[in-house]
Amino acid sequence: MTFTDTYVEVDGCRTHLRRGGSGEPLLYLHGASGAPVIMPFMEKLAARFDVLVPEHPGYGLSEEPEWLENIHDVAYFYLDFLKFLNLENVTLVGSSMGGWMALEMAVRDTSRLKSLVLVSPAGVAAPGVQPADIFLMPPEDVIKSLFLDQKLAQARLAEPMTPEALDVALKNRHSTARLAWEPRLHDPFLPKWLHRIDVPVKIIWGAEDRILPVGFVKEFKRLLPHAEVHIVENSGHLPQAEKPDEFVELVCR
Amino acid sequence: MQIVLFHLMPYADLDLEAGRKNGTVWVKLPNRHFDPEKGHRLYNRYLDELEYGEQLGFDAVSVNEHHQTAYGLMPSPIVTASALARRTSKCKIAILGSALPLRSHPLTVAEEHAMIDVISGGRLISGFVRGIGAEYHTFGVNPTFSHDRFHEAHDLIVRAWTEPGPFAFQGKHYNVQYVNLWPRPYQKPHPPIWIPSQGSKETIDWASHPDRRYTYLQTFSPAKVVGRYLRMYRDTCKGYGYEAKDSQLGWAVPVYVAETDELARKEAKQHFEAFRNVFVRMPLEMLLPPGYTSRESLKNVMKAKAQMFGDVTIDQALELGLFVCGSPKTVREAFQAYWKEMRFGNLLVLCQFGTLPADLTRKNLELFAREVMPQLKSLN
Repeated sequence: MTFTDTYVEVDGCRTHLRRGGSGEPLLYLHGASGAPVIMPFMEKLAARFDVLVPEHPGYGLSEEPEWLENIHDVAYFYLDFLKFLNLENVTLVGSSMGGWMALEMAVRDTSRLKSLVLVSPAGVAAPGVQPADIFLMPPEDVIKSLFLDQKLAQARLAEPMTPEALDVALKNRHSTARLAWEPRLHDPFLPKWLHRIDVPVKIIWGAEDRILPVGFVKEFKRLLPHAEVHIVENSGHLPQAEKPDEFVELVCR
Repeated sequence: MQIVLFHLMPYADLDLEAGRKNGTVWVKLPNRHFDPEKGHRLYNRYLDELEYGEQLGFDAVSVNEHHQTAYGLMPSPIVTASALARRTSKCKIAILGSALPLRSHPLTVAEEHAMIDVISGGRLISGFVRGIGAEYHTFGVNPTFSHDRFHEAHDLIVRAWTEPGPFAFQGKHYNVQYVNLWPRPYQKPHPPIWIPSQGSKETIDWASHPDRRYTYLQTFSPAKVVGRYLRMYRDTCKGYGYEAKDSQLGWAVPVYVAETDELARKEAKQHFEAFRNVFVRMPLEMLLPPGYTSRESLKNVMKAKAQMFGDVTIDQALELGLFVCGSPKTVREAFQAYWKEMRFGNLLVLCQFGTLPADLTRKNLELFAREVMPQLKSLN
């Protein structure tokens, strides 16, 4: 499946967008480490969906708009993005920080959404569970902690760090800090509005997640009692990368 | 030249092995390593040392702010400066500085500094800093807003000190309906403002601006780097269309004086190396969280990582001019030579560093004050 590589300008932000496949639209919102390449799970999803993979404002090859100050800005941006591309019946898939963005969008407006798929989402705090301190860990430790299968971590660490890749890594890290430093990876005011989400929600979590431990699931179940929950065994923080077939099957189910 | 006695008040009783094993004494060194009884003795010893500084003829004594670390036991320099305001009567008291972005309400800085200025009869020098990177980890304040918050807090403080109240202040980070400071500062228009920095073009552009002309202090850097930044400050002033006065420039540096060069080096070695290689040390991610510096500066630090984050011996430090140490003659001549080259109007000497004990600190203070300081004060 080939993905087209384009830019769209929304809210004054030139945004890098890859798009491939056909069917109903599926918008994938990446996590803190960005979406630098088309991954196998995206290809697999493209067999069923019109898959859109933007890089968030402040990430990757997208611009860093002055207005990017908090997670709410990103939510409004993506609502405008859906409108700009006139997307309807969207399956909104968000991983980690992207899951948080999806929640922030959905409490505001679900009119263009068909369903939500949250993959180890950030966004809420849970009693007794702490996310890993991704800002204090050396970047290579963050990558090792993303995966259960350390072969995947080693493969990522072996990718050459070109000056361009370093610039992108620092830019992503900056934007993640901008959005999620404090309160750390959550919005304390989000839970009181989660009842507004009136589309089906699936939550997918890696059983061996070392970034956002699977203990968060309990709080999500409490806050989103109608959500379907799937724990992926033998997977870390990115089940879409570690268990792509199982992941795609869960999304399409 | 004006000579300032600067103190960090480190936890000198630290179990150095624990500090080393932990990789840093900042942020996450468990506070069970702090013994309050030892702390009690250290605080009182350090305050005595600063008070002695006045008797010895230093122009100013100085304290600073650091949080949750054995590097310095002054989470509030206000507390130590207040104590000094009552126990000294002639010397200036410099707070270098208060970490503005870490405060949730900058008016508290304006108020506390004004109190000390009034209590001391106008002897306060106010320093403003952003706090170091580690403190964004400990406080949770978002480092990507650090510059914004600093500038806005500064504007609010200076307006609170100088404009008739009450007035309203509307900012992005701070909003106050009634700014109406009681007490107003003693000095007019306000206490002098000094800006300590590890060296940054953005800070120099801002501090040297004709509206501000704040004294810029380069802290704990190799002499070459100090020279480079002080020159950059002067050049920036020229670019703004005025000549910097020497009093706008300062250098903060650890100093140790003993009877001979050899003895000085011998006595200082373990204490200086503990300071540099245990107390100062922290990993890159702690030192420079995202947004604390520009990404260009961050990349430069990453390139120099091996040099910046490795151990430094006393000999290397002396060669780099990170530390000035020797007989009175050696130290005097070193500073005279540095002064000729850089013409800094303020010299801040750190006469206690790392684990340097009370007796050596006192000897250092006395030798520096009696045999080095008079000649340096007369440099003009």
